[in-house]
Amino acid sequence: MNEAGLLPSFLMHPALVLLAGGVLLPLLHGRARDTVVLTAPLLALTVLWLLPEGRLLQWAWLDYTLAPLVVDKLSRLFATIFLLMAFAGGLFALKQPSRLEVPAAFLYAASAVGVTLAGDLITVFLFWEFMAVGSTLVLWSAGSAGAWAASRRYLAVHLAGGVLLFAGIAGHVAATGDVAFSAMELDSYAHWLILAGFLINAGAPPFSAWLPDAYPEASWSGTVFLSAFTTKTAVYVLLRGFPGTEILIWIGIFMIFYGIVYALLENDMRRILAYSIVNQVGFMIVGIGIGTEMALNGAAAHAFTHILYKALLLMSAGAVLAATQRRKCSDLGGLFHSMPITTICGTIGALAISSFPLTSGFISKSMVTQAALDGHLQIIWLFLAAASAGVFLHAGIKFPWFVFFQKDSGLRPPDPTGSMRWAMYLLAFLCIALGIWPEPLYAILPYTVDYVPYTAAHVITQLQLLLFSGLAFFVMLDYLKRTPTITLDFDWLYRVAGPGAWRVLARSWGQVRAGRDQAMATVIHQASAWLARHRRPDGLLLRSWPTGSMALWVMIMLMAYLLFYYLD
Amino acid sequence: MNHEHWLDNPRNVRRLWRGFLVVLALTVAAGFFVDLHPHFAIEDWHGFYAAYGFLACLAMIVVAKGLGLLLKRRDTYYDPESEDE
Repeated sequence: MNEAGLLPSFLMHPALVLLAGGVLLPLLHGRARDTVVLTAPLLALTVLWLLPEGRLLQWAWLDYTLAPLVVDKLSRLFATIFLLMAFAGGLFALKQPSRLEVPAAFLYAASAVGVTLAGDLITVFLFWEFMAVGSTLVLWSAGSAGAWAASRRYLAVHLAGGVLLFAGIAGHVAATGDVAFSAMELDSYAHWLILAGFLINAGAPPFSAWLPDAYPEASWSGTVFLSAFTTKTAVYVLLRGFPGTEILIWIGIFMIFYGIVYALLENDMRRILAYSIVNQVGFMIVGIGIGTEMALNGAAAHAFTHILYKALLLMSAGAVLAATQRRKCSDLGGLFHSMPITTICGTIGALAISSFPLTSGFISKSMVTQAALDGHLQIIWLFLAAASAGVFLHAGIKFPWFVFFQKDSGLRPPDPTGSMRWAMYLLAFLCIALGIWPEPLYAILPYTVDYVPYTAAHVITQLQLLLFSGLAFFVMLDYLKRTPTITLDFDWLYRVAGPGAWRVLARSWGQVRAGRDQAMATVIHQASAWLARHRRPDGLLLRSWPTGSMALWVMIMLMAYLLFYYLD
Repeated sequence: MNHEHWLDNPRNVRRLWRGFLVVLALTVAAGFFVDLHPHFAIEDWHGFYAAYGFLACLAMIVVAKGLGLLLKRRDTYYDPESEDE
C-alpha cells in the first residue's frame, strides 16, 4: 500500500467527484447550481479517463484488502455510460423544482460508478446499499402519495436483496478468506445467494415487479435517472461475477417475454417503458449466460446503448407528462400536432430500442444474437429472434403510436424548451451516431470486437423481421386497444395476498385470543366467586362465631388430642 | 378540405400504407438476390424472417390477451391500499 499516494488517488475516485458535486448542490442556487449539475459528471468522466488501468487504491481493513478503485476495460465502460447518463439526466432535470432529486440522483449515480470500480466484494456491497438509498430518495422527491407508497415497497425489496447479497458475501469470505471480486462458479450456497442478490436488482423473476411498480411513480425527470443505474449495475456485476452461467440464459429469456407480454397489456406509458427495461435487460442476461467473448461484448455494448435510448424514450414520456399531467395511453394521442420535436426524439428512441439499422440498438443487440448463431444454439436463437420482433411490437411501435398518434385526444401541449429539449437532442444524436459509427463503442468493449454489423444479410433479415412485426401490430390493432386496466404481477403477492393473509391470520388469532380470554374470564370469575363466598363478612371464614360454639370446638379438639395421646 | 397536419388527411395515410406495403415486399424480394448466410436449415426458406416476425407477434399478442383475461384489473385496483398509508 502506498501511504504517500493515498490522499491524491483517493480524491481521484470518479464516484467521489460526482458525490462532491451532489453534496454541493443543496447549497447553491440559480446559475451556480446549474453549472455544478452539468460540470460534476463531466469532471468525473474526465477523471475516469485520466486514470490508468489497474488496482489504483488498496486499503487493509481487518484481515482483508479492500480495493475501491480498480480500472479495467469493463469497469471503465460501465462507469463511462453511468457518468454520461448523470450528465444527460442532470441536463434534462435542470428545471425540476424538487431540490432533492438531482443531488439524490448524483448519490445514486456515484454509487453505481462506485460498484463498477470496486475490486472487492465489501466495497461492492457498500455502494450497492448506497444505490438503494439514492434511488429511494429520487423516488421520494416526486412528493406524491403514490411515490411514497411505491418507494416503501421498492426499498423493502432492495434491502431484502441486500441481505441476500450480504449473506452470500459473508459465506464466500468465510469459505475462501478472499474478498476480491472475480468470476464465481455456482458451487456453493454463498455463490447462489450472491447471484440471487444481483438478480433481484436486475429485475429477474420472481422479483421483477418492483421495477414497473416503482419507476413510473417518480417525477417526469426522476424516472430518467432510475431507468439507468440499478438494473445496469446488476448487469455489470453479473458480467464480472457470473459470465457463462447457463441458468442465466433461461432467466434472461423469461425476462424478455415477461417484459413483452406485460408491456402489451399495459396502459400507463411509463410503465410500458419500465416493462421494456426488464425485456432489454433480459437480452443482456442471455448474453452473459452464453458467455462467449462475442456474447459478453454484446451484453456490455447493449447495456451502453440501452441506457441512452431508454433514457431518450423516458425523456419524451417525461416531456409529455410534464406538459399534460397525464400518463395513461387511453388519455393521450395525437400529440404529434403540437409536440413534433418530442415525437421525433421519442420515435428515434423507439427505433433504437427495436434495433433498426442505423440506430444504436442494431449494432449492440445483433452481437448477442450473433453469439447464439455462432454457438449453434438454435432454440435460443429462435427465442431471441421472436423477442426482437416483440420489442418492436411492445415498445417500438406501441409507445409512440398510442402517445403521439392514434386517435386525437384534442390535447395540444407545447414541446419542452431549453434544457429538456437539449437533453433529448443529445441522446437522439448519440442513438443515431452510434448506429452509424459504432467503432468508438466497439473500441472500449472488454474484448476485441470481430464483428461487422452492417452486412447486406444482417440488414435485410432484420428489416424483414421488424417490418412484418409492424404489419402484425396494425393488423391486430383492434386487439391492442388501450383499456384503463393494470395487469396483476408478482407484487400482488406482497401487496394483496400477503397483507390479506396477515389480516386473516390476525383475525383468527383475535378469535383464538377472544376465546381464551372468555375461558380465562370464566375461570377467574368462578375462582373469585369461590373466594368471595368464603371471605364475605357472612362467609364461612369471616363469619362471626358465638363464643360458646368456639369454646365447644376447642374442647372437642382437646378431647381428640387426649384420645390420640392415649391410643398412641 | 383543410387539415391541421398532412397526416390528418386520410389520403396521405393511405399513401403511407401503400408505401409501407411496397417496402415490405421489397425486403422479402431482396432475400432472393442477397446471400443471407444461413446458419440453420430453417433460414433457407425465403422470407423466413418476415413470416417468423409476423407469426411471432401474433402469438405474443394472443398469449398476452389470454393472460390479460386472468390478470387484468381496473387500474384503481390497488387504490384502497393508499388510503391507509
